[in-house]
Amino acid sequence: MASSEKIGNKRLVVGAHYGTFDFIVQRITAVIMAVYTLILFLGFLFMSGFTYEGWLNLFTFTLGGFFPLGKILATLAFFSVAWHAWIGVRDIWMDYVKPVGLRLFLQVLTILWLIGSAVYFVVILWRA
Amino acid sequence: MSDSAAKPRPQFKNIGVGDILVNYRLPLAGKVSILHRISGALLFLALPLLISLFAMSIASEQGFAAFSILASFWLVKLILLVFVWGYLHHFCAGIRFLILDLHHGVDKVSAQKSAGVVLGISLGLTFVFALKLFGVW
Repeated sequence: MASSEKIGNKRLVVGAHYGTFDFIVQRITAVIMAVYTLILFLGFLFMSGFTYEGWLNLFTFTLGGFFPLGKILATLAFFSVAWHAWIGVRDIWMDYVKPVGLRLFLQVLTILWLIGSAVYFVVILWRA
Repeated sequence: MSDSAAKPRPQFKNIGVGDILVNYRLPLAGKVSILHRISGALLFLALPLLISLFAMSIASEQGFAAFSILASFWLVKLILLVFVWGYLHHFCAGIRFLILDLHHGVDKVSAQKSAGVVLGISLGLTFVFALKLFGVW
């Protein structure tokens, strides 16, 4: 078969599939964040006035007074943010920054920025 | 075909920043796309700031009150509004991309149409939020 015929679903797929995996992760995390946004929005709509208790309860509500469902959902949503942003920002560096050393430096910086943000978010959330 | 022969489209070679920003007229779908990237980068850079504000608002009753005072300054409102636009645009354009990924509406006409819908909804919601934020309504 000529190589020009290996297109579409007949394409010869090679390699480690990192690109496919990241592509799918970025979309799954997007759906998770969109769903969480809608959950927060609905919770916000059913809040009786914009008070501290109501606002806090959006993120810290529990099931049966002990299972921290609100905090777990918020944490999972933030991990989705971090993973999604890693793929997106990495794509920006890959598109515009060609020198390998500088790109690697920026990618490391991005990872540190995101891990730092995630730790910060988890600490302030679970302390509340 | 005939109108392209009548009026040749401008050609761009070795595109630089100047061409991209000034000369090259991006189609609507292209504008939505680059704004998706810009809003994503903006939100990424703003993460520590946004988490700090969130921390302040959930830490205590006093923190919540302090956040309310901070958010009463018009400059702070304006900055918050930029982040709100970034989130709304990224959200709406992202849903459009998810639908395109499922091979819905990929032809030229519907892609341009959905790009217009995304801009309309995200800017409209931002405007509603602005009215709310600045206490007009």
